Amino acid sequence: MSKTLVEKIWDAHVVKSEAGFPDILYIDTHLIHEVTSPQAFDGLRKRGLPVFRPQQTVATADHNVPTIDQLLPIKEELSRYQVDMLTKNCAEFGIELYGLGHPFQGIVHVIGPELGITLPGKTMVCGDSHTSTHGAFGAIAFGIGTSQVEQVFATQCLLQQKPKTMKIEVNGTLGKGVTAKDIILYILSKISAAGGTGYFIEYAGSAIEALSMEARMTICNMSIEMGARGGLIAPDQTTFDYIKGREFAPAGAEWDKALAYWKTLYSDADAKFDKVLTFDAEDIGPMITYGTNPGMGMGIKEHIPSTSSQPDKEQLSYQKALNYMGFDDDSSLIGKPVDYVFIGSCTNSRIEDLREVAGFVKDKQKAESVTVWIVPGSKQVEQQAINEGLDKIFEQAGFQLREPGCSACLGMNEDKIPAGKYCVSTSNRNFEGRQGPDARTLLVSPLTAAAAAITGKITDVREMLTES
Amino acid sequence: MKKFEKLTSAIVPLNIENIDTDQIIPARFLKATTREGFGENLFRDWRYNGDHTVKPDFVLNDPAYTGRILVAGKNFGCGSSREHAAWAIQDAGFDVVISSFFADIFKGNALNNGLLPIQVSDDFLSAIFTAVSKDHTAKLAVDLEKQTVIIADTGEEADFEINAYKKSCLINGYDDIDFILAQKHLIEEFEQAK
Repeated sequence: MSKTLVEKIWDAHVVKSEAGFPDILYIDTHLIHEVTSPQAFDGLRKRGLPVFRPQQTVATADHNVPTIDQLLPIKEELSRYQVDMLTKNCAEFGIELYGLGHPFQGIVHVIGPELGITLPGKTMVCGDSHTSTHGAFGAIAFGIGTSQVEQVFATQCLLQQKPKTMKIEVNGTLGKGVTAKDIILYILSKISAAGGTGYFIEYAGSAIEALSMEARMTICNMSIEMGARGGLIAPDQTTFDYIKGREFAPAGAEWDKALAYWKTLYSDADAKFDKVLTFDAEDIGPMITYGTNPGMGMGIKEHIPSTSSQPDKEQLSYQKALNYMGFDDDSSLIGKPVDYVFIGSCTNSRIEDLREVAGFVKDKQKAESVTVWIVPGSKQVEQQAINEGLDKIFEQAGFQLREPGCSACLGMNEDKIPAGKYCVSTSNRNFEGRQGPDARTLLVSPLTAAAAAITGKITDVREMLTES
Repeated sequence: MKKFEKLTSAIVPLNIENIDTDQIIPARFLKATTREGFGENLFRDWRYNGDHTVKPDFVLNDPAYTGRILVAGKNFGCGSSREHAAWAIQDAGFDVVISSFFADIFKGNALNNGLLPIQVSDDFLSAIFTAVSKDHTAKLAVDLEKQTVIIADTGEEADFEINAYKKSCLINGYDDIDFILAQKHLIEEFEQAK
């Protein structure tokens, strides 16, 4: 019988399937961090249970860590306690921890792929909704709550309903200055922040196939912003080339065996999806959000849709969002002054993102009124940026290259945007208060963020790119 | 896990769509390492000003509205997977959340904690908001066994869906770990066959 990629991987991991019950799904890799794990470890202690497969569990500290002076003790008491608890719990339960000071430390969804832990055909979970990132490799990867973290600790399994499947095809060639982030913000603007709920999405089409692994991760990362359980992309030569030689990737005979299996991981030609959507890459330009959920996005030169154009029942919430942002119906954002630019997060903090920004800002200076933070996704990304001299370019431009962590994406650490200020951000969520109480977030690509940093206002990056 | 069978209660209406988990419990309050006490910061930035003074207009600060049922606009609980959102709602005294649409992860987290998420039609949700706007003490009667919710004043009734397994977990107070651990031999057999 023909199957979708999701079905192939799912079926290969079902321990038990019984009518009337969710499937018992085997989990190959469990990633954990300091915020959503302590209560799960506590639960194990209360039940008197060990971690069933500690060698399939990997930990890092990312959400709560400072992004300057990381080797000094964490100043904020509660953050320090939470990070210390992770260290203690990992030692007690025998889990490998890439904590502060470790050369592999970083955002959990950046280090999995770069260490070769994330592989095609795997099932992977983490107590973090952006676990969908790992789907870029052709893995079933999704975010879970803390009770489920405890479940995976105790059993290496999860009780899960098999999700519905959706295929999103993007065909054609992206224009100048248009990137993977613009693709996903565009799809979100078309299908809304709830348009993927209940589905596992497979991204396909020539525009997706042309993307690098890091760009594919940006796409899959934001699947959750449509409410989808996860998103994935069939592995291909780009995937295999990226994985080969990484720290924990299979090698030698193991590599050959793995590769033979990975090559079977695609949706069969006549496989049935529950829903199929198709988009044209030529319709996509640089995108920006204007509201308080990631579905409220538009082409950077468009005007904010009017409240009266929204369905009756949604007008109240829509107006509330525009009021929060301080924007009017039908207005354009071009030329609007910005206060902060944040380049980072599990969506856009990888070396290609930093290279793209550095390439654009080389020999330019940031606008005086703007504060620019570049927060690399991991120690390895940070080191690579330094090796390539990107740190010098950022320094000359007046950008601060900080140390790795989730940082101002969610403002759990000190990196908060002050109340009322506008932050052009490469992160994934523009919710009210996400980057700090009353902070206003505009989601964009790294290139559009870099343009705003230089001009100090919302800018169509295409107008600043030299012809080549 | 907390058991749930039936509840008749007044409601707290929150007629806003796309309420994300950052609104339910902002990230800066996720630093605790236990499950208790999150209710204090439920909807923190909607309940309090930056200087910690109370925003009197927000429904949770209005003493007229009490009750153990939270009713909210569609796509409730979107965004972050933080289970702290379910813990905060429960810790603030709610046993049931009603919306016309729930985000998947939130729904799962709620069920795993004995907080019952009930999805109703847009029309029935509007009927609840109308009832409570006419009378702030309007009550709902929820019956998990029968899978029904009734607006007490008008007698309007809606059925709701729930997975049969999850329903029995809620009624009996079992959780998924109990269920899987009882079949641990299957997991070991699966690993050996891989």
